[in-house]
Amino acid sequence: MKKTDNLIENIKSGDIRSIARGISIVENGGYEREMILQGVYTEGHSYIVGITGPPGAGKSSLIDLLINKFKNYFKKVAVLAIDPSSPFTGGAILGDRIRMQRHTGDPDVYIRSMASRGHLGGISGATKDAIKVVSAAGYDLVIVETVGVGQSEIDVVKLADTTVLVLVPGLGDEIQAMKSGIMEIGDLFVINKSDRPESEKLATIVKWMVDEHYKEKKYKPPIILTSVYKNEGIEETARGIISHKDYIYENNIHAQKIKMRIEDDIRGLLEGKLNSFIEHHIKYPERIEQWVEKIYNGRSTPFDIVKDIHENLIIDVKEKI
Amino acid sequence: MERKIRILIAKPGLDGHDRGAKFIARALRDAGMEVIYTGIRQTPESIADTAIQEDVDFVGLSLLSGAHNVLFPKVVEELKKKGAEDIIVFGGGVIPEDDIPFLKGKGIQAVFTSGTSINDVIDFINVKMNEKNR
Ligand code: B12
Ligand SMILES: Nc1nc2c(ncn2[C@@H]2O[C@H](COP(=O)(O)OP(=O)(O)OP(=O)(O)O)[C@@H](O)[C@H]2O)c(=O)[nH]1
Ligand SMILES: [Mg+2]
Repeated sequence: MKKTDNLIENIKSGDIRSIARGISIVENGGYEREMILQGVYTEGHSYIVGITGPPGAGKSSLIDLLINKFKNYFKKVAVLAIDPSSPFTGGAILGDRIRMQRHTGDPDVYIRSMASRGHLGGISGATKDAIKVVSAAGYDLVIVETVGVGQSEIDVVKLADTTVLVLVPGLGDEIQAMKSGIMEIGDLFVINKSDRPESEKLATIVKWMVDEHYKEKKYKPPIILTSVYKNEGIEETARGIISHKDYIYENNIHAQKIKMRIEDDIRGLLEGKLNSFIEHHIKYPERIEQWVEKIYNGRSTPFDIVKDIHENLIIDVKEKI
Repeated sequence: MERKIRILIAKPGLDGHDRGAKFIARALRDAGMEVIYTGIRQTPESIADTAIQEDVDFVGLSLLSGAHNVLFPKVVEELKKKGAEDIIVFGGGVIPEDDIPFLKGKGIQAVFTSGTSINDVIDFINVKMNEKNR
């Protein structure tokens, strides 16, 4: 029996310590990661909601309130909250949890902070893996909070079944955000801090953009004004998420999303394996320095060298078949 | 694969002095660690639950109010109760020298009072981490 077998069993039985350890292992990567993922591999067993939006928009505060509402729809809720790692030191202060801390004693809520660890796109490289771990542990709702994003960091859309884009008045870059195609990523648009001035104005602009963009579409994202301070719009947000869930189930979109993720899983795994196999086969680590020297001294180009490697590789493969 | 050090900086009880805790959190981040900070007014129980959910290697407690002799050992007890006695607990703040032997006896593995250099804290963490990995 392998060391990880026990851990996988304990994850599946819902043991918190094992879930937490499992996530660290998939974060740290390597051989053990693969063992864990193979043991917990599930697709489609839990519903995944992504919450994204600019820094400080109120994502964590909204999740804190949404957790209570979701208790009517789901048995167990896991939150994966991603904050940025420092590009200089690799360290991070993970502070999303501070807003949700009152759920810590609740046996049906699991909260895990994750650092982005150099991954761009608003999530961490291991977010997808961590989702699999908590899904296997029986959390039927997984909420992913992204890093406070700019305009191009939208990786969460690929992992989430429903994506909520949280906007706030007064950032001045709303129009900018919409120009860059951010309209396409939200299944719901939440305008938080509606206790502040200008939120109606922002709602009007967003509504106009949504009407325009979704004119001929079957599903039209709702625009919901929320205030965490006044506890307003939270129920509507939860219901909006559930409506979108119903919509994607009824229209076979959920199955398509899952199949796309499965394809990504296969591709990612295959690429990793092929890469290391080929690197080993062509003796990459031993030869790379020599190639660089050659190009540096003007005696070759990357194109010539790669062409050469590629041709030899094909000959080797053909001989084997 | 390099294993990241994960650490929870927590303030048990009602003490609202949070400058020291935030200072330490930032310094440890700058030393390349992943630091979870949960703010003021945490119960020992929720500190232990958080440590477990976050799979941290260390819990660093900060207290300036004088309640350390009660609250620090409680966190160690809660961790033990939940089967997580391998998580290393240490602390800092306004703590009289005379209390330190008592706290160490209760499982607080190091105490850093005002004026201690951050390098001492980092050295402590690295030494403990090496022991753990062996
Ligand atoms: C600033 C301050 C305040 C500020 C706090 C602002 C804030 N948000 O933090 C304000 C004005 C709000 C305040 C209020 C009070 N304060 Co005051 N305050 C101080 C003061 C002057 C400095 C504390 C400070 O910020 N130091 C700077 C930081 C960086 O240092 P530090 O916290 O000690 O942290 C260092 C080390 O201890 C260590 N460390 C700390 N935590 C940790 C954790 C880990 C894991 C590690 C490794 C290391 C570590 O590393 C840090 C860097 O070296 C101290 C006096 C003093 N000399 O300490 C009194 C002091 C702490 N306050 C005191 C008191 C009594 C109060 C009040 C009750 C006063 C009142 N009657 O209203 C209130 C209570 C507030 C509350 N809600 O708890 C007393 C506590 C007495 C005691 N322990 O017996 C002190 C000691 C003053 C005194 N000599 O009487 N206070
Ligand atoms: N006025 C007002 N402030 C709010 C509201 N919601 C959240 N805030 C405040 O906005 C600040 C940021 O809230 P968070 O929930 O941490 O925001 P976030 O989007 O998770 O932030 P990052 O994770 O750092 O990107 C906090 O000070 C909140 O108290 C709201 O509805 N109205
Ligand atoms: Mg947040």
